[in-house]
Amino acid sequence: MELLSNLGLGLETAFTLTNLLYCLLGVFVGTAVGVLPGLGPVATIAMLLPVTFGLPPISSLIMLSGIYYGAQYGGSTTAILVNLPGEPSSVVTAIDGYQMALKGQAGKALATAALGSFFAGTVATVLLALFAPPLADLALKFGPAEYFSLMVLGLVGSVVLASGSLLHAIGMVLVGLLLGLAGTDVNSGVPRYTFDIPELAEGINFVIVAMGMFGIGEIVRNLEHEQTRDLVMKKVSGLMLGKDDFKRIVAPVLRGTFLGSALGILPGGGAMLASFAAYSIEKKVSKNSAQFGQGAIEGVAAPESANNAGAQTSFIPMLTLGIPSNPVMALMIGAMIIQGIQPGPAVMTEQPALFWGLIASMWIGNVFLVVLNLPLIGLWVKMITVPYHRLFPAILMFCAIGVFSLNSSQFDIYLMALFGLFGYVCAKLNCEAAPMLLGFIIGPMMEEYLRRALILSKSDPMVFVQRPISAVMLALAVLALVAVLSPTLRKKREEAFHEE
Amino acid sequence: MSNVIKHPKDFWTGVMFLAVGLSAVFIGRDYAMGTAARMGPAYFPTVLGGLLSVIGGIAIFRSFKRVGDPIEKFHLKPLLIVLAAVVLFGVLMRGAGLAPAAVVLIMVSAFASAQFKWHEALLLALGMAGFAVLVFVKLLGLPLAVFGPWLQF
Repeated sequence: MELLSNLGLGLETAFTLTNLLYCLLGVFVGTAVGVLPGLGPVATIAMLLPVTFGLPPISSLIMLSGIYYGAQYGGSTTAILVNLPGEPSSVVTAIDGYQMALKGQAGKALATAALGSFFAGTVATVLLALFAPPLADLALKFGPAEYFSLMVLGLVGSVVLASGSLLHAIGMVLVGLLLGLAGTDVNSGVPRYTFDIPELAEGINFVIVAMGMFGIGEIVRNLEHEQTRDLVMKKVSGLMLGKDDFKRIVAPVLRGTFLGSALGILPGGGAMLASFAAYSIEKKVSKNSAQFGQGAIEGVAAPESANNAGAQTSFIPMLTLGIPSNPVMALMIGAMIIQGIQPGPAVMTEQPALFWGLIASMWIGNVFLVVLNLPLIGLWVKMITVPYHRLFPAILMFCAIGVFSLNSSQFDIYLMALFGLFGYVCAKLNCEAAPMLLGFIIGPMMEEYLRRALILSKSDPMVFVQRPISAVMLALAVLALVAVLSPTLRKKREEAFHEE
Repeated sequence: MSNVIKHPKDFWTGVMFLAVGLSAVFIGRDYAMGTAARMGPAYFPTVLGGLLSVIGGIAIFRSFKRVGDPIEKFHLKPLLIVLAAVVLFGVLMRGAGLAPAAVVLIMVSAFASAQFKWHEALLLALGMAGFAVLVFVKLLGLPLAVFGPWLQF
């Protein structure tokens, strides 16, 4: 069994003391980020990226991914106890979770969320181990034409699955692609869109963009309506689930895990979409659908399983194809590049210890998370009540230091402030930052693959439809766009994002 | 807003897209276009800029037809204070060093909150600056000066 020996190698890598510590640190920070208001995994990972420079590659990736899936656990705690989702992916958990808490069943809701997440995380880890190798093998056969079409499909996916206006999302992708091209053109050596500013000669660092849009922009928006957070209860007890509860959550957890795993792989997918979809489906198929909105345990189990599964399977396209499906994965690609690893299908064969170690660490991380989230719940409850006005200056400080340490350049800090302003304006105009960040990362790669594909085909653009894999991906992209533009599906899409 | 623009968010988004798209195309004229087989540096950005301009145009056009919510109010106070705090950090970091820059950043930005209290902000600033020095300089060994050349006598 190749899979077993691979997982063995992974466990061996992940079980070293250093890596266990970084895994624990990652999921701990992740839970904290999930619990704390107004701080998400994107801003946190961006802040920590410069710091990971000095770490061994595997430890850095283990820690950063722990932050992402750890945040899914933490986000649900806040959703259940104060009716404010700590993360966008926990928005739907708040609906029934908070109602359960009002009825004195907060412990039950938290236990359901943690156990559902754990189950989903375990399944998603196995899926990752099963599906990543064949996908990477397939990707090794990809030429530039296939990669270009894959990127088109990925960007279309992020547009179709973005929650706001379609037109705005398409525009934001294009803005991102353009911004990504700023800097010296690799082929001709010509500086493009640099306005003769030497700091722009190497292009804009994506950490600056991510921190500006997701860090600063977010802070200003949170300051508009500062909320005080009132806990339903000071002490959480009753973390045990009864036999009846288990019976009720088995099917929702399974459905949530399955759906979440599938949606996580999609470009533009990931944790948030998974939880929304799982909640609305569960509401339709559940025997207890009448109780939804009034504290149905199924309404916590399904989305919480789904968001964790989705968070983990979204690593599949990143690890095997080197293509990010959401902003967090874009940052993970950045983390690999910082470490001198070229993301793509070759990672699995050239760095098996890193590849399998990361996968194995996710399962270990999920074990840590159950322990962190159930017995240590008291710690997180304290953290929930940290007032935002004491928190955001600290976040700002970490952003500023993080950006400065990239190149020791003041210019980068001013640029971050500029992107903060841009992020705020975009939020006011209902333009989402996520598609832009994806475009930003993909821009230079996309241009390069387009160039190479056309050089190889002697400038025949038909190459994109003559090669079967490329043609299929382009067809899927067109199909997705057409489908989402059709009136009925359009209405469904809007409904799915307004579940409340 | 005038009666012509029924969807202000679409309108201003369109203006933004159109501005970015057109400037990409116009600035791109300084670079070599090349051919499809040998793409010059201007080729891809010009195509993208053109597409973006079209999208912007559609958004503007649509804003005359479809009715939409007005744009939410801009809260200038927190926005300007937070941005000013960040810029100040940039100004101070090199010369004054990490500790003073962090204190100023936190003091100024804390002012953006409606719940601002002097003593609280000061405590937070000193505490976080100390924490930053400890973690980034002592523990992680980043090459940052705690007190910069401006403060060396």
